Amino acid sequence: MSAVAAGSFSGAFRWAFARDLRLSWRHPGETMLMVAFFVLVASLFPLGVGAEPQLLQRIGPGVIWVCALLAAFLSLPALFAGDYADGTLEQMLLSPHPMSGWVSGKIAAHWMASGIPLTLLSPFLALQYGLDAGTLTILACALALGTPLLSLLGAACAALTLGARGAGMLLALLALPLFVPVLIFGAGAAEAQSSGLSPSPHLSLLGAGLIVGAMALPAAACVAIRIALD
Amino acid sequence: MNFFYFASPSTFYRLAGILAPWCFAVAAILGAAGLYVGLVQAPTDAQQGEVYRVIFIHVPAAWMSMFLYFVMACYGAMSLTFNTRLAAMMARALAPTGAMFTFVALWTGAFWGRPTWGAYWVWDARLTSELVLLFLYFGFIALGNAFEDPRRGDRAAALLALIGVVNLPIIYFSVLWWNTLHQGSSVSFKGTSMHVSMLTGMLLMAFAFWSYSIGTALARVRTIILERERRTRWVRAL
Repeated sequence: MSAVAAGSFSGAFRWAFARDLRLSWRHPGETMLMVAFFVLVASLFPLGVGAEPQLLQRIGPGVIWVCALLAAFLSLPALFAGDYADGTLEQMLLSPHPMSGWVSGKIAAHWMASGIPLTLLSPFLALQYGLDAGTLTILACALALGTPLLSLLGAACAALTLGARGAGMLLALLALPLFVPVLIFGAGAAEAQSSGLSPSPHLSLLGAGLIVGAMALPAAACVAIRIALD
Repeated sequence: MNFFYFASPSTFYRLAGILAPWCFAVAAILGAAGLYVGLVQAPTDAQQGEVYRVIFIHVPAAWMSMFLYFVMACYGAMSLTFNTRLAAMMARALAPTGAMFTFVALWTGAFWGRPTWGAYWVWDARLTSELVLLFLYFGFIALGNAFEDPRRGDRAAALLALIGVVNLPIIYFSVLWWNTLHQGSSVSFKGTSMHVSMLTGMLLMAFAFWSYSIGTALARVRTIILERERRTRWVRAL
């Protein structure tokens, strides 16, 4: 940590981002499990609801979004829990770096390890559901805009549940209702494209949500971590 | 008089004990009057028939569900910024009542929707955002109770309440922002499109629910105070 300029936002951001990314690169199991979960659940739906191509095209965007949302949710407990358990979080809080910097860095690294693989994989699942090229592109765009928002919302909730009894179920109760708007606009963008309407209102709302979330939610996560370490 | 005299749990405990029965009495009187006006005096609606009478419960409950969340979040903000004990206890005391009113609003809405829309539930913006509000209340209660240290639970839950405040304008304006099946509001500060006895019944019920909420919150905060302060001298002397 001493190598980067102490006390600057960007220094703290870069340090935490590089550290968490290196950690997830050296332990690829978690990302792999999340990706496997994503593909597996998305493959269960055609088996459950029936494999008529028209039905699959109809429900495809929504199903892929729900699966991505659940997969992103599954990776949330690991965001702060490990560093909380071994005391790293406390050391980071004591460091001269601004807290918002390294919290934002951790959230960005979480998105790199969860949101980006899901976004990159979504076109292949969309092909399984027989979506056309336009819908497939919009779906990937919506996921690219929506998954960072999921990481931001989830980080605030994960920080709130640090040290709680039954933290896993509690995290579901807190995070999933907050994910609802992201799901509505994200799936709505692809639905609009496939029914011949413009997806841009949905994408604009997702982008606006992302900007507001990126400004407000790291601060909320910081407050939650301070409460947890008090 | 010292403005902060009642900010101490021990003095507020006595004040709440005096006020709570009065709130319940006012709630009972206003509720009886509101039900009489609503179920007996108000005329049958020209379009919806008798089924519209569910609004005398539904609309005040929906108002209270949002208003109580706002009050709870304000208490949460107070407890986070000023680190006051009583504000956090009041937030915790309000949450179950707010969740109850949210559930009542959804439940009565379902019974109104079946004969009117032909469905108990539709996934429009108003209903979905109100359902999210119910889960926010559940999350608040669960998060508050999930820690050994009640103060820790207070502060985490208060922060969650503040994050969830974003949902309130979404509920309130959902009928304007989206093309919903749920109808828009018939009452505003500029006037109303309802018969005057319908409005009277609805306002009476709203004030009854208001009074009931204050009464239950005060009664609940008394038990929370006793539980948290059980080791203090003034509680032992009770």
